Amino acid sequence: MSEVLLDVKNLITAFDTDTGLMRAVDQVSFSVKKRQTLGIVGESGCGKSVTAMSIVKLLPQPSGRILEGRVHFKGRDLVPLESREMRKIRGNEIGVIFQEPMTALNPCHRIGKQLSECFLIHKNMNKKEAWQASVEMLKLVRIPAPEHRIGDYPHQLSGGMRQRIVIALALACRPDLIIADEPTTALDVTVQAQILDLIKEQQEQLGMSMILITHDLGVIAETCDDVVVMYGGRIVERAPVHEIFHQPRHAYTRGLLASMPHLETPRKSLLPVIPGMVESLQNFVIGCRFCQRMKRAGATTKERPPYREISPGHWVEACPQCVEGI
Amino acid sequence: MTSLLSINRLKVHFPVVGGVFRRQTGAVRAVDDVTLDIAPGETLGLVGESGCGKSTLGKAIVRLCNPLSGSIHFQGHNITHASQSQIRPLRRDMQMIFQDPSESLNARHSVRAILEEPFVIHKIGGKSDRKKWVDELLDRVGLPSSAADKYSFEFSGGQRQRIGIARAIALKPKLLICDEPVSALDVSVQSQILNLMLELQREMGLAYLFIAHDLAVVKHISDRVAVMYLGKIVELAGADAIYQAPRHAYTKALLSAIPVANPMAKKQRILLEGDVPSPINPPRGSAFGHRMNHPLYEQTIDQDLSLTEIETGHFVAADPCCLSAEDYRTLSQR
Repeated sequence: MSEVLLDVKNLITAFDTDTGLMRAVDQVSFSVKKRQTLGIVGESGCGKSVTAMSIVKLLPQPSGRILEGRVHFKGRDLVPLESREMRKIRGNEIGVIFQEPMTALNPCHRIGKQLSECFLIHKNMNKKEAWQASVEMLKLVRIPAPEHRIGDYPHQLSGGMRQRIVIALALACRPDLIIADEPTTALDVTVQAQILDLIKEQQEQLGMSMILITHDLGVIAETCDDVVVMYGGRIVERAPVHEIFHQPRHAYTRGLLASMPHLETPRKSLLPVIPGMVESLQNFVIGCRFCQRMKRAGATTKERPPYREISPGHWVEACPQCVEGI
Repeated sequence: MTSLLSINRLKVHFPVVGGVFRRQTGAVRAVDDVTLDIAPGETLGLVGESGCGKSTLGKAIVRLCNPLSGSIHFQGHNITHASQSQIRPLRRDMQMIFQDPSESLNARHSVRAILEEPFVIHKIGGKSDRKKWVDELLDRVGLPSSAADKYSFEFSGGQRQRIGIARAIALKPKLLICDEPVSALDVSVQSQILNLMLELQREMGLAYLFIAHDLAVVKHISDRVAVMYLGKIVELAGADAIYQAPRHAYTKALLSAIPVANPMAKKQRILLEGDVPSPINPPRGSAFGHRMNHPLYEQTIDQDLSLTEIETGHFVAADPCCLSAEDYRTLSQR
């Protein structure tokens, strides 16, 4: 059993809106062990990105805030930390890879300047050393002709190259944890394969842990050790990756897996579907939210379904209508 | 002739202008010598990486952009250079579904106005007929009739795509050009829309040109699949054949890059270096051979690499860089 690097307990993140305080993340708990990859999967609006941004405290201000819960990173709770303290951790001990590389990079600065910034701030290097280290980082993420590319602006690079730069930025200070929020969604499948291989390889070499957020179950299967499935701001199932794919227990996880066309599904057959759609945040019930979508009685219960560990490391939100035999 | 749509050696180039006098300094060869046809009731999947020209091909077919050379025949009519007034009656039979339904639906029109518009443009039916047809359309795509008086922004992405589909099928077309119709949608909504498209095809005998980059989705919905690379079709075959026995090196690489939703699956991935080269100055020989630095690249310069039938119904570019030696020998003997 390896050491736990990040432990999130009962995290509640809410946003101030015109109609009141909305809980986008509702009591979420999980942990990430050293050198392991945790996948968070779910549809848009399920709270997967908000969970990640709560960990690094990059919530939209002033509306977003953490109401309750703890985020223990290397034994220290990040929730009460001030932004000055957080800044020392972010980029240095926790690296973040964002989805859209064009918005994550500053279009007005050369990539060399943006890369060397992390070394100047976190590693006390002088400008020359930082520049040299930046060239090394570009080599690491396999940018061809790094000495030339370092003087380019982001718009001069292709989408795949830009995402490599964002990865280089996240890896620059050799963080202990990488949070990758849909790192390959905007990319073509061949480039996606390159980027995923690159992230995995670097993770193994540098011994980092990773949280990978995606809606693509294929990506999850290929990269993760553990998986968290989120629906309606809550975790419905949490298990090692092979159990999620081979013994899914929650009806939502099953539905999600079944509704994806595989290369093996008979052509032109109707796919199994999850009827309806995700309810909007303000309409969510306290009871089982997937039952709410399926219009079943589990939605009307006054209490939230409890979590139960059905086999070692396999947790499920134990709504009797969503989980058979519970 | 049995095909509904047939495209012959179509080229669509966009001028690149530069300098003080805005002279044309080059051309983006978005679609470069493409030949294909679609039979009634058939789905042809078109896959490729971004920038390969697949969307431009779709737009050229409905004449949202103008071809440079080649020909497009739809139901026997040559529409390659048809004027807007000549093409309008044919548009009844040929409609388009776009990727982002929030951009392709007018936010200032109610859903009823959006769905009535095809009938208004083509001067079909009276007021009461149109009202009835709109209600039928909404019902057909699985929306409540109360949706008619709402505006498109009041709907979720999946519902908006249903409205887009309702508008496209309003005039009972024969061919739908679908440009990435499900790529902006969540997994569970995506399967709902795919099912709707399959049902509509069975009921109405629609033919689809299904443009997408998700290879699993394309395989699921298509009868035949065309793989496009840098403005050219490099392989065209039945959906099962192309996925089980791809011949072209690019198709193989593309298929091996799909992440498989099975953590136990161990597979050999063919990693491609670099990105798709720019279509402004494409390599003179085999574009994919150039990307791979293939030793036979020199041989392909200025050669005819057009599609050749290698097996019944399975076409592949006659390109020595991208085929096995055996396949290339078979092809060159034909």
